[in-house]
Amino acid sequence: MSRRLDGGSTGSGGAGLAGAGADTGALMELDGCCKVYKVGAFGGKRLTAVHDVSFDVHAGEVVSLIGESGSGKSTIGRMILRLSPVTEGTICFKGDDVAKLKRSGLQEYYRHVQGVFQDPFSSYNPIYKADRVFKMIKDAYFSGVDDREWDAKVHAALEAVTLDPTQVLHKYPHQLSGGQLQRLLVARALLLDIEFLVADEIISMLDASTRIDVLNLLGDLKARGLGILFITHDLSLGNYISDRTVILRRGAIVEMGATEKVFGNPQHPYTQMLLASVPQLHRKWEDVEAAYLQVSNAVEVDSRESSLVELEPDHFVRSAA
Amino acid sequence: MGLQVTDLKVSYRTLHGDVQAVDGVTFGIADGEIMGLAGESGCGKSSLGNSLVYLTGRMKYVHGTVELDGVTLPIWDFEEMNEHRFKQISVVPQYAMSALNPTRKIGKMTHELLRSRGVTYASIEDELVRRLELVGLSKDVLGMYPIELSGGMKQRTVMVISTLLNPSLLIADEITSALDVSTQKAVAGMLGEFRTRGFVKSMIVITHDISILSQVADTILVMYAGHLAEKATAETIVEAPLHPYTKLLISSLPEVGVRYDKKRLVGIPGIPPALLDPPEGCRFRARCPLATAKCKERPPFVDVAPGHQVACWEVAA
Repeated sequence: MSRRLDGGSTGSGGAGLAGAGADTGALMELDGCCKVYKVGAFGGKRLTAVHDVSFDVHAGEVVSLIGESGSGKSTIGRMILRLSPVTEGTICFKGDDVAKLKRSGLQEYYRHVQGVFQDPFSSYNPIYKADRVFKMIKDAYFSGVDDREWDAKVHAALEAVTLDPTQVLHKYPHQLSGGQLQRLLVARALLLDIEFLVADEIISMLDASTRIDVLNLLGDLKARGLGILFITHDLSLGNYISDRTVILRRGAIVEMGATEKVFGNPQHPYTQMLLASVPQLHRKWEDVEAAYLQVSNAVEVDSRESSLVELEPDHFVRSAA
Repeated sequence: MGLQVTDLKVSYRTLHGDVQAVDGVTFGIADGEIMGLAGESGCGKSSLGNSLVYLTGRMKYVHGTVELDGVTLPIWDFEEMNEHRFKQISVVPQYAMSALNPTRKIGKMTHELLRSRGVTYASIEDELVRRLELVGLSKDVLGMYPIELSGGMKQRTVMVISTLLNPSLLIADEITSALDVSTQKAVAGMLGEFRTRGFVKSMIVITHDISILSQVADTILVMYAGHLAEKATAETIVEAPLHPYTKLLISSLPEVGVRYDKKRLVGIPGIPPALLDPPEGCRFRARCPLATAKCKERPPFVDVAPGHQVACWEVAA
């Protein structure tokens, strides 16, 4: 449980996930997180949704959390946002345990950590105008700020997400496109002193011609020093945006490390299978399979009875201990 | 013979007027062809697919003909179309996972469906079981309720049932969209398999995901705002598209196996026009980098090379 990924439990020079020289401490740090749901009549059965997940996200870094449905990727995002409690393990934001935060501490936490979710149409209350989300932020956090100053702040935030204020303010959610709504939610997060963003499948619902703009927006936020956890099932999007990649399977990490290492040199059979299944524009499935599935006789390892091994600096793979 | 659609126009009735979802669409599909139909949401691709099988209450047939194997389909007449549905032309709907009747076991539902078409269940049961096994489902599925099956299993079940009477044309609407990548690959592989085995002659595969089409389709038809933009072989669309919309769309897709350290992809600025009162001429005009005064007239959908049609003044000229 106490295995630290940026430490040297595998003893390979201690370079760790953070890369050399980045000893400023992680922004968000998950250590041995588990989530167990009680299911069935009277909660008699137990379902482990997340099993012993440890990784960290630094400021100015995008980490992709990639997995198929049911892999627990959204549960991890929800645990970070304290929407669902951690069963075991700790989540630390700048060294403070998130689970121990109480009222004012929690409000302060949400000032720095925010989430944007998959379906922009269900994130808004259709009865109210979309910009009510800004008003709610003002009431909760900036009640002392006068209106003119606040408007200027809203406009600056909208500009940061490349939205034209005249096009999106005073409109109802149904009058705006999915991309606009999603960017409004990011703008809402920017109004706060945001340092960490959980982006849970934020572009899955958007059209191909507009999704890349939202993706580039995340890149801009990263340049501003935000730490971003990008949760997705789409490997090509993860490959495009992220610095580091974490591959999840059935609640456990099977492979993680620098994006170019995980995608360029996948070692776990599950990662190889995923990469071989992604439809690519310029290569047929048959050709891709040959490239990725070289180790066809690789033995399936039960993730519960194995550990992550550091294969090369900043590249961890689960294998039988 | 295949399918021939000529100048098809279909609109949606709304309180504010008619929305022209499919506006003057002409194309053909040869026997044995898998045609991908791609476009953004709201471009009319599902409306086009649906209008070939099932015009819902709000949809209105305006103009045009649909010929399948030399027979004109009476798509404007709901009752008369029953003759052709399921037998000659069949559909795997967009939400195949919820297309199954939750109160019937799969076998019972198939039984009722076949009876409505005058086919006895007993005469086809062996074939049904054989096909279920082909897609990796056991015979036991027939005794199960839809709730007992996973999403991927339901999807495969619907595909088998839809193609049970060997229709000439199958319309598969977003069948891979809600699936995980590994299941997606399996389902996409089944499409090719079904054609090879002759369960269906030709197919229209509707999806917003061009990379899936580049894997399974022979030809790709790109739609934009109710108009056709470009049709060519899958390879041509991906490697050498001509229409500015197709070009921008293809270039904005991120891929695995490519490093993006320095490169930055760009989207297409602007949003598609509302179809309630669409602009005259080329509907991509407002977002198009090549637009000229000429684009105020609607460009014809013409051959620029054998098997390659484009609707753009700049390209055709």
